Amino acid sequence: MVGCENCGRCGSTPKQIKNFRQVVALAGNSNVGKSAVFNQLTGMDQIIGNWPGKTVERAEGLLQYKGLRIKIIDLPGIYSFSTYSMEEIVSRDFIALENPDIVVNVIDASALERNMFFTLQLIELGVPMVIALNQVDLMEKKGLSVNAKKLEEILGVPVVTTVAVKGKGIRELTEKIIDKIEDKKLPNKIKYGQEIEQRIDKLISVLGNVNTGGYPARWTAIKLIEKDAEITKLVEKADPNIPILAGSLADEIEKIHGEQSSIVITGERYHVADMIAHQVIKDVMPGVKKRTLTETLDSIALHPVLGYLTAFMVIAGLLAWTFTIGTQISGFIQNFLTMIEQYEPVISGPVESIIWNGAFTGFIAGVTLIIPYVLPFYLILAFIEDSGYLTRISFMLDSGMHKLGLHGKAVIPLVLGYGCSVPAVYSCRIMETPKQKTLLAYLVTLIPCTARTVVILGLVAAFVNIWWALALYAFDILLIVVAGRIAFKVIPGEYVGLVMEMADYHVPSLKVIFKQTWARTKSLILIVFPAYIVGSAAVQALYALGVLTPINNALMPITVGWLGLPAVAGILLIFGIVRKEMTILTLAIIFHTTNFSSIMTPVQLIVLALVSTIYIPCLASILTLASEFGWRKATTVTIMEIGTAILLGGIIFRLLSLFM
Amino acid sequence: MYISLGNPNITIVNRCPRTNGNCEYMPSEKMEEYLKTIYDIACKDSVARTTAVAKCLNLSPASVTEAMQKMAEKGLVIYEPYKGATLTKEGLEIATKIKRKHRLLEVFLTNILHLDKKMAHSEACKMEHDISGETENALCRMLNAPARCPHGSPISPCTMAVSTCDECDVDTGILEHKAREANIVSITDLEPCEMGAIAFLRGDQKVVQRLSDLGLTLHTKVELLRKAPLNGPIEVCVRRTNLAIAREIADNIFVSIEG
Repeated sequence: MVGCENCGRCGSTPKQIKNFRQVVALAGNSNVGKSAVFNQLTGMDQIIGNWPGKTVERAEGLLQYKGLRIKIIDLPGIYSFSTYSMEEIVSRDFIALENPDIVVNVIDASALERNMFFTLQLIELGVPMVIALNQVDLMEKKGLSVNAKKLEEILGVPVVTTVAVKGKGIRELTEKIIDKIEDKKLPNKIKYGQEIEQRIDKLISVLGNVNTGGYPARWTAIKLIEKDAEITKLVEKADPNIPILAGSLADEIEKIHGEQSSIVITGERYHVADMIAHQVIKDVMPGVKKRTLTETLDSIALHPVLGYLTAFMVIAGLLAWTFTIGTQISGFIQNFLTMIEQYEPVISGPVESIIWNGAFTGFIAGVTLIIPYVLPFYLILAFIEDSGYLTRISFMLDSGMHKLGLHGKAVIPLVLGYGCSVPAVYSCRIMETPKQKTLLAYLVTLIPCTARTVVILGLVAAFVNIWWALALYAFDILLIVVAGRIAFKVIPGEYVGLVMEMADYHVPSLKVIFKQTWARTKSLILIVFPAYIVGSAAVQALYALGVLTPINNALMPITVGWLGLPAVAGILLIFGIVRKEMTILTLAIIFHTTNFSSIMTPVQLIVLALVSTIYIPCLASILTLASEFGWRKATTVTIMEIGTAILLGGIIFRLLSLFM
Repeated sequence: MYISLGNPNITIVNRCPRTNGNCEYMPSEKMEEYLKTIYDIACKDSVARTTAVAKCLNLSPASVTEAMQKMAEKGLVIYEPYKGATLTKEGLEIATKIKRKHRLLEVFLTNILHLDKKMAHSEACKMEHDISGETENALCRMLNAPARCPHGSPISPCTMAVSTCDECDVDTGILEHKAREANIVSITDLEPCEMGAIAFLRGDQKVVQRLSDLGLTLHTKVELLRKAPLNGPIEVCVRRTNLAIAREIADNIFVSIEG
């Protein structure tokens, strides 16, 4: 997930941290609590959630302690420094090449072996480290205890036990970080099997004076033996003989073990990790295996029948809230506000009053959207995210996602898309290959986000009936399935199946949920409110001045001729590019009424809702697509969606006109 | 196998290895067809009844009974009159091998030669008896070790003592490889709560590396927790963490079951 600094909605760039002296990087596996540690150290609101891959971009924050100013960098969670994904390359380059003063390795104590595997790779990189042994509370619940002192001795790295979400151990961690920045002592060298160590030494000796682009010698040697393509290329430039030597050494290892060299080294690291874990972990309650909360919940959430039912109910419940309760709250607020001031739009009279009236209309539209729809949606979403349930939906729906050329993890961006396309497009990074990322981002922009839901509700549910609104929803999902199948065939690239960690559930903390909801809503309020108020005032003024008519006339062949909408639709759809709800807002301003059934037939309302749902990703989404995938792809998606919307809108108009 | 040149119609027959050719000849192709059919039926029901086999092969029950008795003599099946036949370990090996050849050929015929699935099936039925182990493994290499046939049935792994497909190549020579010792099964064949130790990771090097990075290294113990319905992913527990793995990837993870 992304924090507000990545959302792009407010258009402001992340705050630059200035005047810092030291840089500390947080690294570790996915979903071990790095973001929680980051928030505790910096006092920031980096979004945390219980699914692997939510930190997609490195976040930066400032730790101030005893007069020191330290820049903290939260790297995306990774399992290894191989080159399986972009995140792995980015993280390893950052640590090796940008030389942070120290690295804080955040470890999930309850899965020590797998975390140790990554720790060993950090040690290979030869950076000063501090280990935060996080989630020790969960570990104790599993009946295990860990000897931090012993771990410290073995690795030669200070180890602090923490429970980051509760802030436990953070002060101690801060002190250890400061100490480490001062002494910069490197970790112990962890040795692998003799046949491998000999060959590493041989390579280190020839690497002596070679420029390895900033990577330390031991690490470079290991990567050469693993036949890492990037490092091999790098060293080849400096001295073409070394990769040849490394290749023959790797072949020798492959002969001894009968396995590929990179797999041999992975096996070695795990072997060492197992031994370390064996020495420091004690089973406090051997033989007693309590059925954990996760097991109990999973027996329902992953049940062949109940699992689907639960997934359906959770997603439907999330949307039902938007549909039903949101409408009621919205109506209530609207009534309340109209008691304070009449906001029937005016288009004649003094300019100030036109503008003031427009601004007030915008304000009401903002209040009646954000509070009733967006806020509750994000609250429930944060709850679901934080509980760890999203990975379960991914598990259950994996085979369904295959039909779209995606896999289970794609469910997460799609669900986020019901909130807002922007963070959902960013979260597409959890997919492994460029093909899957592009495909998923395209589908995400077709998901009815809260803004589009408001359009469907405001036009169709309110003035036709709720069933037609639901039908539009269903139609949109059908469209996504069809578009997905076509796009899967068209977009080139490879497909990778699901491999995902299933983290334990935990009871979502209210503090986290509120912080998360606030972080997401904040940017919305900062940009949407002004946009509504200014936009609404502008539309009203422009309309009063008669500027809008030529635009409408120009678009008439499409809007009136093909789609069967009133001429005013042209300007609605143009304002809708900025924000989808602007279509409704503009409509209300121009016709001086919010009773849309008096100005359009049911068929027109349905067609208008359908077209504004799919005709274009909103401006913020287009910008996000461009920044993630480049302008070419963003433009392609935009043009395709305009085409689809016009085509489908016209067909639906003709079909519905037959019987409505 | 030997070729009798005395006969103008060249026939390939299988000499029974145990009795040194003293028992009656039974064409290997016919025997393999029987074993394959018994294997298929026994997969669904525990015992392959004579009538069921006869129906499948379009033969009379009497000739099936006779053939089964012969195969029982050779130690390929355990035959109980009125009940039916089950495969012995040897019989199972032959059946698995022939199934593997059949499905690899099907993949080849559909993906490379673009025959339709039905055609591919009938062609594969004829070719499967004639290709050698070398051809079988060369096909597997060329097709990048497919996990399933075009009809969706799993393709069993080869019997060479390799731990990843990367080790299988023409240069090193197939004959150099010893046969695998333990009996290995795909992790998707385990039942929930069953344990196994990783023995062989088949397929693409990137995926193999990914699985290893996540702790699925050779000889590591894994427990199957559950399988999602509709051919969905499986959930396994390895090194104290739970992982969801897509079925098509999991098909390529082979484990040896502990005794």
